[in-house]
Amino acid sequence: MTAGIVGYGAYIPKYRIKAETIARVWGADTRRIVDGLGIQEKSVPGKDEDTATIAVEAARNALARALINPKDLGAIYVGSESHPYAVKPTAGIVGEAIGAGNHYTAADTEFACKAGTAALQMCMGLVQSGMIKYGLAIGADTSQAAPGDALEYSAAAGGAAFIVGSQESEWLAEIKDTCSFTSDTPDFWRRGLSPHPRHAGRFTGEPAYFKHVLQATKAMLDKTHLQPTDFDYAVFHMPNAKFPIAAAAKLGFKPEQYKDGLLVTAIGNTYSGCSPLGLTKVLDKARPGARILVVSYGSGSGSDAFVLEVKPLIEERRGLARRTEDYMKRKTYLEYAQYSKHMEEIH
Amino acid sequence: MFEESAVIRWRKYTDRYRLIGNACKACGETYYPAKEQCPCGGKEFAAQQFSGKGRLLTFTEVKAAPEVFESKTPYVIGIVKLDEGPKVGAQICDANAGDLKIGQRVEAVFRKFYASGETGVLHYGTKFRPVF
Ligand SMILES: [Zn+2]
Repeated sequence: MTAGIVGYGAYIPKYRIKAETIARVWGADTRRIVDGLGIQEKSVPGKDEDTATIAVEAARNALARALINPKDLGAIYVGSESHPYAVKPTAGIVGEAIGAGNHYTAADTEFACKAGTAALQMCMGLVQSGMIKYGLAIGADTSQAAPGDALEYSAAAGGAAFIVGSQESEWLAEIKDTCSFTSDTPDFWRRGLSPHPRHAGRFTGEPAYFKHVLQATKAMLDKTHLQPTDFDYAVFHMPNAKFPIAAAAKLGFKPEQYKDGLLVTAIGNTYSGCSPLGLTKVLDKARPGARILVVSYGSGSGSDAFVLEVKPLIEERRGLARRTEDYMKRKTYLEYAQYSKHMEEIH
Repeated sequence: MFEESAVIRWRKYTDRYRLIGNACKACGETYYPAKEQCPCGGKEFAAQQFSGKGRLLTFTEVKAAPEVFESKTPYVIGIVKLDEGPKVGAQICDANAGDLKIGQRVEAVFRKFYASGETGVLHYGTKFRPVF
């Protein structure tokens, strides 16, 4: 396989709400929630932000690092479960905003929290087949939770963008391989006209998240003949902090391998942006030669696994755009009433 | 501005999404939005892509707004002097008036302007935020 990341970019809105602020409103036990989910606070979109604006800033950061002409993008795919329109593509808005011209194929993808990694695989295929020169894959969300639902503590906003190309000399990281594990599992869903998703409580664990993440990871390790100890970094989808840590332990990965990508404790679950943002944070730091495992999870259900290897060019490119941590450090806390107003705006 | 039809706004997408104005070929003066005639008498222009970096010249907080912006109040509007020269009137986002200082560095970002009602088109464009 010959595909690599020639540019990557992140974006996280500046607003935050603390778990304790939400818990206070519902009379819930803050300590039990923070200990249970491992989420201290989550990101909240500004009143003028949505999946399209988040995708655009992440894409502009990816272009700043790729140093390519946006008109050389042959494909733009935006993965999200919160596209601004039910019918009208986010990908076209992004293409216009980054100056991609008109000669590119585009579509929005949806697969709960793994729509962004599915977009990444689509770009790999198009690049490897020679159909396009570069592809832009984005995972971004302004995820929704019904007020008072357990998801309210985790449903966050953010996104990450990756430009994929086939020229080895342009790679910041090679995507060595990918594989997926997919099934029909009713753990989390949202019908067309419902404003908020529903979920099957405890059922979201073993038969859903763990089964898919573990099976995709095992298949990826088998296919590449690699062991957990062969990786410098591992990023597993983070619906909360407990699930990825438990998955890592079951698979034999150690805290020093997953701690850098585990940004859920500080920003919550950014859905389609979640494991992609974990990858951007690792790319901000990883040394050339470092090997990275990324495993997404989307309810419904499926997991996409990727093995990446960092290339020397990353050292001179990563400083050309804001790092994921720059966005994580920029924050303004909201009270619950302000948070409610922000969330109303993105409907 | 908010009464324009979706089609009229669509014709300006390129300029508004990407901060593209023009430069007079006779004297080199740059404009945003693009002009058709320069005070120097020049009528020939070349497209100019602005960097989006600039300084905040002045600003004010809007507390009472037209209906389409009502839910966004309070928000800040200001005038930004782009590093390339032109002065642009725009919304200043990710900030309260109390956080801002005249002369501070700002940068262009892509944000939602407003929605044409519950079922209408969404309008996007360039705003400015404090550099961080
Ligand atoms: Zn002139």
